[in-house]
Amino acid sequence: MTQHGGAIETGGEAAAVTRSPERETASPLRQRPALVALAVILAIVVALLVAEGAHDFGQATVNGLVSGSYFALGAVGLTLVYGILRLVNFAHGDFLTFGAYIAFLFNVSIGLPLIVGVAAAVVATAALGVGFELGMWRPMRRKGAGTLQLILMSIGLAFLIRNVIQFIWGTAPKSLGANVTASVSFLGLAIGRTELLVAIVAYLVLVAVGVMLRYARVGKQMRALSDNVDLAETTGIDTGRVIVITWIFAGGLAGLAGVLYAASIGSFTPDFGSVLLLSLFAAVLLGGIGNAYGALAGGVVLGLVQEWSTLLIDARWKIAVGFAILILTLIVRPQGIFGRARTL
Amino acid sequence: MNVPAISLGVLGGTEFWIGVGVIAAVYGIFTLGLQLNVGYTGIYNFGQVGFQAIGAYAMGILVVKAHMSFWLALVLASLAAMAAALLVGLPSLRLRADYFAIATIAFSEIVRYVAQNARGLTGGNQGLLGFDQTWANISDDISKALGLSFDLFQVPLLIVSWVLFLILTVLMRVLVRTPWGRVLRGIREDEDAVRALGKNPFPYKLQSLAIASVLGALSGYLLALDLAFLNPSEFVSAFTFIGYAMLILGGLASFPGVIAGAIIMEFLLEATRSVDLPLSGDKVAALRFIIVGLALILLMAFRPQGMFGKREEMVLGE
Repeated sequence: MTQHGGAIETGGEAAAVTRSPERETASPLRQRPALVALAVILAIVVALLVAEGAHDFGQATVNGLVSGSYFALGAVGLTLVYGILRLVNFAHGDFLTFGAYIAFLFNVSIGLPLIVGVAAAVVATAALGVGFELGMWRPMRRKGAGTLQLILMSIGLAFLIRNVIQFIWGTAPKSLGANVTASVSFLGLAIGRTELLVAIVAYLVLVAVGVMLRYARVGKQMRALSDNVDLAETTGIDTGRVIVITWIFAGGLAGLAGVLYAASIGSFTPDFGSVLLLSLFAAVLLGGIGNAYGALAGGVVLGLVQEWSTLLIDARWKIAVGFAILILTLIVRPQGIFGRARTL
Repeated sequence: MNVPAISLGVLGGTEFWIGVGVIAAVYGIFTLGLQLNVGYTGIYNFGQVGFQAIGAYAMGILVVKAHMSFWLALVLASLAAMAAALLVGLPSLRLRADYFAIATIAFSEIVRYVAQNARGLTGGNQGLLGFDQTWANISDDISKALGLSFDLFQVPLLIVSWVLFLILTVLMRVLVRTPWGRVLRGIREDEDAVRALGKNPFPYKLQSLAIASVLGALSGYLLALDLAFLNPSEFVSAFTFIGYAMLILGGLASFPGVIAGAIIMEFLLEATRSVDLPLSGDKVAALRFIIVGLALILLMAFRPQGMFGKREEMVLGE
């Protein structure tokens, strides 16, 4: 491991990749990884359409777009926190769980409408993120904590959140007061009414997040920080403030993703977020770690690929398909589809 | 597992603590591998439970399905774990440390999914059993030789696992003091400096991971013999992090620290089981992992060098 500053820490061949821009420009295809990815996805689409028929393929696509929506919501926060704080937050999956149980508390235990539960989940999870930033991450950064220290603390935090939830609510599956049996159909494709609502909410929020990152001042500041902390700081950005806002975003979106997952799947247990975490990592790495748009796209692509895989192999393997995508991405293109090699 | 009635004051019965002793040695051996990787090489192996699972399942499958002798199965299963380490390490050890951590945890989850879903081979959630006849005979012989009563039937496994744990600890201590071990420490401290001295760090990292995988497999055999039954739920990633809690508690870059870490951590975890708390099973299970979580957070925040780690040898990354 290198000890000198900067975000570069590589071994062997990967170092060679990062240090020689000419390898990036050697082939025109390497310059357009998003195009290559799009072409690959199109090829898969055509192949599956021909092999499996329009109806089955369409149904898998609909399912994939729904699961992709909460993958994307969960992945944005994970990638922003990494990009800005260089923190691989293993507790992020449990933020989703936290959101779902807060919604359960308000919606089922107290008996308020689901919309109140959703709002409470978003606010509470955002507060959780900010609370740990101020109480734990900021003091640790001031101490100059290393990668391993921060990763292991986030794992400890993951255990803490998950098991406090399990201690309070037990391991028996819980459900929100959402109707998961009613469904609507169009063009012969069925989608649960709640799932449809979930997908609509999720994609509206995703578009809003995208617009915010692109045009709003704080969104630009986040991207600037994610790109280069030192450079952003020298331009006068109040990094402490942007970091807190990043946690509000990461937490709020994770809480929302958790509720949407809980509503669309129907029932949930205290470990669902930690099970989803690796899928979120897969989405993040697909899109290029630290790249918010990449995570949005990566989440949707991951949802689609997992559901498409059920056309070919048994559905019980679809989570493993996500892990395989994660490992393949790390091997073939660790900087992701939208990432640049230099950030490696 | 049934909680035995409290017989030794607040502490559980003798059999209960013998069981705890076996598990401490199992995860101690497991953590020796993490110590070599994290404490001496600076690579963050987050998939140790995957190597343990491959070792345990390969042994079980070879004995039960291929009717192989237990001893030959042990050799082949260790080679399988090593092959997995090479397969995982070759592409992903070239990545930055945190990417390697994610890649290895994904690997261990894939192993668990396969164990859970390749039912024809692993028995899935029904589990795999019938691989421990050879050990049962040996265990009976030891029990007879020592004149042990039936309720102490786990004592032979306790003896074997602790003898193995102590021998391996000494071996690892010797290993990191060889010139080979010095290169590992060099890689941990400054990879570029090692490269400048004309050594390629990559094969050393790969060897470090391969040795850790065999230690993981060895712990898997002992776990399998302890349970007499293999189930995917024994190989969730949480166990890797219990290993990390032991590692950090004992201290980075200290093999004797692993012994202390394993004993104390396992004692803490099992103490929650030995006292009769007026709580349901899932709440007690939650309490155990709350302890692991708090241990990781507090140690990393206030004493990252653990009990026996040396501050000057502690490399926690950038």
